[in-house]
Amino acid sequence: MDKLAYLVDALTPMNLLLALVGVVAGIVIGAMPGLSATMAVAVLVPFTFTMDPASGLIVLGAIYTGAIYGGSYSAILVNTPGTPSAIATTFDGFPMAKRGDGALAVSLATLASVTGGLVGALMLMFLAPPLAQVALAFGPPEYFWLAVFGLTLISALSVGNLLKGMIGACLGLLLSMVGIAVIGADVRFTMGSQVLLGGINIVAGLIGLYCIPVLIDLVATRDPHLRVSSESGGFRLKEAFAITMTEKFNLVRSSLIGTIVGILPGAGGSVASLVSYSEARRSSKHPERYGTGEPGGIIATEAANNATVGGGFIPTLVLGIPGTPPDAVILGALLVQGIRIGPTLFTTQGSIVYTFIFGLIIGTLIMLPVGLLIGRYAYKSIVSIPKSALVPTIAFMTVVGSFAIHNNLNDVAVMLGLGIVGWLLNRNGYAPSPIVLGLVLGQIAEQGFVQSYLIGNAQGNVLGMFFGRPISMAIVAFAALTLFYPLIAAAIGARRARKSPTDITVESRDGRP
Amino acid sequence: MKLTTILAGAAMAIGLSAMPAGAQDYPTKPVNYIIPFNAGGESDIAARLQQPVFEKLTGQSMVVQYLEGAGGAQAWSQLNGMEGDGYTIMGTNLPHIIMQPMAQEVGYKTADITNVYMFHYTPDAIIVPAESQFKTLKELVDYAKANPGLLTFSGSGTNSANHVAKETFDRLAGVTTTYIPFSGTSPATTAVLGNQVQAGFSYTTAALNQGDAVRVLAVSADERVPSFPDVPTFKELGYDMTGGAYRGVAVPSSASEEVRQQVSDVIGKINADPEFIQKMKDGGFVVIDVPYGEMEAFMAERKAEYEETAKQMGIAQN
Repeated sequence: MDKLAYLVDALTPMNLLLALVGVVAGIVIGAMPGLSATMAVAVLVPFTFTMDPASGLIVLGAIYTGAIYGGSYSAILVNTPGTPSAIATTFDGFPMAKRGDGALAVSLATLASVTGGLVGALMLMFLAPPLAQVALAFGPPEYFWLAVFGLTLISALSVGNLLKGMIGACLGLLLSMVGIAVIGADVRFTMGSQVLLGGINIVAGLIGLYCIPVLIDLVATRDPHLRVSSESGGFRLKEAFAITMTEKFNLVRSSLIGTIVGILPGAGGSVASLVSYSEARRSSKHPERYGTGEPGGIIATEAANNATVGGGFIPTLVLGIPGTPPDAVILGALLVQGIRIGPTLFTTQGSIVYTFIFGLIIGTLIMLPVGLLIGRYAYKSIVSIPKSALVPTIAFMTVVGSFAIHNNLNDVAVMLGLGIVGWLLNRNGYAPSPIVLGLVLGQIAEQGFVQSYLIGNAQGNVLGMFFGRPISMAIVAFAALTLFYPLIAAAIGARRARKSPTDITVESRDGRP
Repeated sequence: MKLTTILAGAAMAIGLSAMPAGAQDYPTKPVNYIIPFNAGGESDIAARLQQPVFEKLTGQSMVVQYLEGAGGAQAWSQLNGMEGDGYTIMGTNLPHIIMQPMAQEVGYKTADITNVYMFHYTPDAIIVPAESQFKTLKELVDYAKANPGLLTFSGSGTNSANHVAKETFDRLAGVTTTYIPFSGTSPATTAVLGNQVQAGFSYTTAALNQGDAVRVLAVSADERVPSFPDVPTFKELGYDMTGGAYRGVAVPSSASEEVRQQVSDVIGKINADPEFIQKMKDGGFVVIDVPYGEMEAFMAERKAEYEETAKQMGIAQN
């Protein structure tokens, strides 16, 4: 265990302090909708130039981890993912907060994030070189099918209202195509406006579609924003821990999914959390509870998105290919510092790499106490602030957040426009999540499809490109399983019912809320 | 020899540090430097290398911002709406600012961009995986000739530097190959490493990051690139191809002649900094000096070159 020597390097008081500051800064930035992890890292990169490389990396890693976790606060407390990675956290986080379990939800998110972050970092430490090959095994067809797999979640999210879910998803897919296409460079659906050339920004879309309807409803109704639980105060940590233990398979599976998806350049935290949410729901005993405030949903998404941090560094450090957008920024920072990333890094610059990985682990562990404290404070302030102060504050933040994306008002206009459309659709039974899924996954699906087609066409084997690759077929199988699981489950239930008439009453009572 | 370089560097540093107090009154406050691409790309890395030198030379800070979208068009279409006082400058890229307006309405024309300095380029490079059957460029060309359309090249974006390079290469070598656009240099390189495509059009900078995992068959520089002493240039192999993605700095059109010249001077000074030059070289960049005064001729030359390729690519001429 020569690696342990580097632990000592990472444990200097200065590095510990940097990790702490980084985590706190990351959490706060990540919790603000619009200020993403990428931005947090990019803004702070210049400050690291004066530090030695390992310390600089530690602080960047800590900010990144903190920001991904911080995104869960606003997802849970105001139904707005602070970062795209936290989209799926809103599905169950906000319903939990709404019914008075906000503190519990934040504690669950913290435990899951820390576990996911640790799994990702440990995989980075011990299995990085072999796992980096995963990034290479994924070609355009695999990305296409992965996006399709993510889209099958729509059927699960719109139970009882599949048609409206599909319409919402199509709207999202259309939105994802606005602007200049990456492949072909065609200008699409910009209606002659230069503002839309760059497409609909995902973060602006997230803020608009999720947050604006909540704000309008807050103003329009007398209900308090969140119900305060009877035993308010406290982290409800014991309860959260007990729930996490019963969901331990979910926790580990989601962490592994997060790591693997994090390795894929071009997928990222949002895809990781959506895929693991989908898997958690499929394998749950109570899939129908997902989306109504099921703790398992929060655990799945938060474990997965924090695992992408470690996972994303695997191709970054081994192949020199950034796994996620913040990794790209960190990679740039390393190049400026004169560190040559790539296959030789682990052997030639082992001390920097392993010190950094230990720093990442330390940062993740620091997140547990710090996160619980900040989370509790955030929850209390959201609950105790009167609505008349809360609404303008959040409204202000949505504008600042969407302005911050590119430092201009275009994204604010897009955010407000989508917000109003989202609110109108919401009132007519169209949930925002299918639209957002279409928006996030549309680009990945489209690029994967066109690239696969072009390569297949050149080789005269288009069908083989889409259906002749083992990894693709495995993803297709999972997607089909998710899509038709309700039918399969019903069929199994029916067969069992034929055997014993008493079971059927129990199952149907169980099965339907 | 070493001593002289150190002395020269020291003399230069003293000379330059004395300068801001003297004749110049630019800059007197922080300068915003807008990069039209995401953080982490070549444009960003080059700007990040300029940043500390700018601060060392002028005593003012340089704030790097990102305004990505539409392959850079998002930012360039907004450039002339910004203040022309010299405190907002923007990175520009070739062939992007020539090819994009040529292909379609993107909200700006090439003539709208007031370039004041072109400070480097990243030479195009053909890369193949280390275990590829293609050991030399000749083997790749022979294969392409025998199998028209079968050879796949990955690259970053459509109508981009990689795309132009691939089309130019097809024309010069008399072959037909298939271009597969990806959303950036990283995914395009990944596709090469993972054997999703047979080869890639990339830059020396990206190839450098991959170490032994890729083989560079040729680079499109005038002379061999220091980071790849063993890789021949296209010219050596008989293909008249030099260039790649050029990067420079532009100001809004409302900037006065004086401001344009001042910005050009500062960027030129950064380009003369020995430490900067060394870091750029190490990163696979090729430093060039095209100041404001020479810009018109440089742009006209590039434009004529790209127009020929654009015709071949079937890009509509507006």
